[in-house]
Amino acid sequence: MKLIINGKEEDIQPDNVSVTELLKIKSVEQPDMVSVELNGEFLKRPDFGTTQLKSGDRIEFLYFMGGGSR
Amino acid sequence: MELTQEQIVRYSRHIMLKEVGGEGQKKILQSKVLIIGAGGLGAPVALYLAAAGVGTLGIVDADVVDLTNLQRQVIHATPDVGKPKVQSAQETINQINPDVKVITYQTLFKAENALAILGDYDFVVDGTDNFPAKFLINDACVMANKPFSHGGILRFDGQTMTVLPGKSACYRCVFNEMPPAGVVPTCSQAGVLGAVAGILGTIQAAETLKYILGYDDAGNRHACSLLTDRLLIMNAKSMQFREVRFKKNPDCPVCGAHPSINRLADYEQKACELKREA
Repeated sequence: MKLIINGKEEDIQPDNVSVTELLKIKSVEQPDMVSVELNGEFLKRPDFGTTQLKSGDRIEFLYFMGGGSR
Repeated sequence: MELTQEQIVRYSRHIMLKEVGGEGQKKILQSKVLIIGAGGLGAPVALYLAAAGVGTLGIVDADVVDLTNLQRQVIHATPDVGKPKVQSAQETINQINPDVKVITYQTLFKAENALAILGDYDFVVDGTDNFPAKFLINDACVMANKPFSHGGILRFDGQTMTVLPGKSACYRCVFNEMPPAGVVPTCSQAGVLGAVAGILGTIQAAETLKYILGYDDAGNRHACSLLTDRLLIMNAKSMQFREVRFKKNPDCPVCGAHPSINRLADYEQKACELKREA
């Protein structure tokens, strides 16, 4: 299925994956590292496993970035 | 207030911008901005806001200048090693622009002093290096209704957004709660390209000045719109910028319809507990 991941269209196999499975496919080691926006809405972390993605979905992984001072 | 002859000359490149003009420059001279963290992000923010003539600059930082800071924290110089960062920053600012009054806070920004420090500042810049501080700044600014700029950098990456509490999405709308300790490294553990701090910090400085100059309810003034309801994400390796748009999150624990966070807290997170991937 075609997903738009971080603004880029990608073909993801298999066709039916959850957000948790997609994070694994995209090598995001720990779901705690990202905030996930699906079609403009933020997903709650406990829903990552139960949210199934479908072709055409637009998904953004937003990474925590803590640096700045030291 | 009236601009002096010297000020008209000093700020002439601002004044000739129709979006600034003499009136805008007076607003800048009368504004008060708080910079939390005088490091990689805080340094360029402070330099540009000082040069721009921001009337009062508050600077919060508990640290002293370390040799490892000088690769990116451009407000400090080699003879400043060992000096409190707030003092070193104040001395540099005084040299750049005598119009600027600097108020230093050589302390950590904590739940107990947060609201007192925010005081009557017009705008706040988050230049801190850890999540407990970033979440505290967000919560304190939402509660005190202070607009602020979030900035974060790591390795070759940076992100920034501007928050107008009550009007636009806050940091917690996007990043609901702190990542568990050790999941996300900090610059001191993972490194950062010095210039990335400059790119992000100067964006934060520009947002600060645009806010001071004013905006209408739609966030627009003279065709300037703030970086609200969107996170600007940049990567210096590919030198690509992109933005992710969103709205205020109705379930946000601090600015949502039914906030669960009603008072400030100091979150514990040891910065140095980065888990190593096996």
